[in-house]
Amino acid sequence: MRVKLVNLERYQQPDVIRRTLTRLRVAVVGLSGNQLRASNFVGYYLLRHGYDVVPINPRESEIFGRRCFPSLADVPEPVDTINVFRDPSVVPALAEEAVAVGASCLWLQFGVISEQAAEIASAGGLDVVMDRCMKIEHARYIGRMHWLGFNTGTISAQRRTPR
Amino acid sequence: MKDRDFGFATRTVHAGSRPDPTTGARALPIYQTTSYVFEDTESAAAYFNLQEYGNTYSRIMNPTVAAFEERVANLEGGVGAVAFASGLAAQSAVLFTLLRPGDHVVTSSALYGGTVTQFKHVLGKLSVKLDFVDPDDMDAWRAAISPDTKLLFAETIGNPGGNILDIEAIAKLAHDHDCPFMVDNTFATPYLCRPLDWGADIVVHSATKFLGGHGTSLGGVVVDRGDFDWSNGRFPVVADPSPAYHGLQFHETFGVYGFLMKLRTETLRDLGAAMSPFNAFLLAQGIETLPLRMRQHVANAQVVAEFLSAQPGVVKVAHPGLATSIYRPLVEKYLPEGTGAVFCFDLPGGRQAGSSFIEALTLFSHLANVGDAKSLVIHPASTTHRQLSDEELARAGIATGTIRLSIGIEDSNDLIWDLQQGLDACESNS
Ligand SMILES: Cc1ncc(COP(=O)(O)O)c(C=O)c1O
Repeated sequence: MRVKLVNLERYQQPDVIRRTLTRLRVAVVGLSGNQLRASNFVGYYLLRHGYDVVPINPRESEIFGRRCFPSLADVPEPVDTINVFRDPSVVPALAEEAVAVGASCLWLQFGVISEQAAEIASAGGLDVVMDRCMKIEHARYIGRMHWLGFNTGTISAQRRTPR
Repeated sequence: MKDRDFGFATRTVHAGSRPDPTTGARALPIYQTTSYVFEDTESAAAYFNLQEYGNTYSRIMNPTVAAFEERVANLEGGVGAVAFASGLAAQSAVLFTLLRPGDHVVTSSALYGGTVTQFKHVLGKLSVKLDFVDPDDMDAWRAAISPDTKLLFAETIGNPGGNILDIEAIAKLAHDHDCPFMVDNTFATPYLCRPLDWGADIVVHSATKFLGGHGTSLGGVVVDRGDFDWSNGRFPVVADPSPAYHGLQFHETFGVYGFLMKLRTETLRDLGAAMSPFNAFLLAQGIETLPLRMRQHVANAQVVAEFLSAQPGVVKVAHPGLATSIYRPLVEKYLPEGTGAVFCFDLPGGRQAGSSFIEALTLFSHLANVGDAKSLVIHPASTTHRQLSDEELARAGIATGTIRLSIGIEDSNDLIWDLQQGLDACESNS
């Protein structure tokens, strides 16, 4: 069983997640060019769903036919969401960069847990999502996760998608 | 800000079933289709590579079945569910997903007879070792676990003795040995008990019973709590790269949803025991009245059990809701709203008394099922367990005069009137 030290619920607020999902420029830090890696699944999914995915990985030049940048600071255009697939130990430094480039959300994927990074990003005015997968949360609120029998936790008698 | 935590009854009606966005249909549409048209070739590839949640073929997924699955997952508090053609199909799918030759399973001996047979035959053919233990005996559970043990299994409310499972204690034991604990919650339903809340890892149901509630449709479902660590080194069958998907590692790519993805896109795909969309519709509709029905089932069963225990012609009533039950402390902990509506009692007159009793009834249906809105009765010694000798019966905890009841939602005084007819017939025949 996973030991939970950080109060994760604070960083898994549904309204913050839904707000972040409406912003389309997403830098995926640690995006792998290997089709089987979780980061590749998520990046590819986000592209398919209309997100402007910016790959960040110093070891690749191009992923999904898109230019890959060595670091956040190298991205010429502003980005909204910093979606992170890196070891938790390097995430506080990433949070500093995220604040510096003026992003609106630091989104840490499953298992990427860092209270320090969350505090840096929050202090810099960013939303923080932690130990959540952007693909799954998109599928839960906007996409088709319910087609595979997963518990989306969403209940509504309205025809429109939940807000 | 948190979303609203809706109550159980609200979720029985709404979970999994939002209005159809295309047509506005409010009831759950029955998607009676085998297959689904792809938007384009790239989408088709993304679906088959599991990069995108998409419908491909109804052996693997179907929107009506998915609504049923999400409803059960929501009510049990799991991360998701996979439905199957029957309860036994659901159980066998878990066995095939988790186990390989040389592994070992420890299971309660107080089980539905069909499950005992399934475990013996299927696991035997797979060369998986099996041990049955008295579910009430924690030392027996502990002693049976070996380094090869990969699964512990039991029913929330056991058969025929009405054993109440100490879920939290057995879950802890399982986890101390890096083993998952699976619970058959058919008799309790999530209205009365949610084993995942007490530490169980997987819940299975025969949805055929109280979930559907009307005796119309076979169905089974597996619910996963989602936080068992399949990468702990003991479950290469789950954790290793899947040759069926170019080396995909399910737990790595899908996180808490990994086990269910594997169960669906490998085991269900390969074994093929899919639930039909029409059954899913009927079962999902049944769940909408689960709290109402369970309250009536439980109240009727309590009245009937108390009536029977006051009769001189009845020797034993194995209803854990009775004040005299040895399971009182466990009932208060795990099943405070009631212990369900299936229980056994014994007639002193043996096989002959059992037959006379059943023949004299008007309202109880004599059949091999439980969990119908209608009251049901069976005499195991002359039907389901007919082939067994008296000694073999005794080992299964069944006497020659044991009668099993599944109490329905009729008026309880009518049920008592009917049972009195049966008791009178035993009396006049003895
Ligand atoms: C407790 C229990 N589990 C499992 C099953 C098997 O379910 P199904 O008949 O849907 O395969 C039954 C059926 O009687 C049952 O009573």
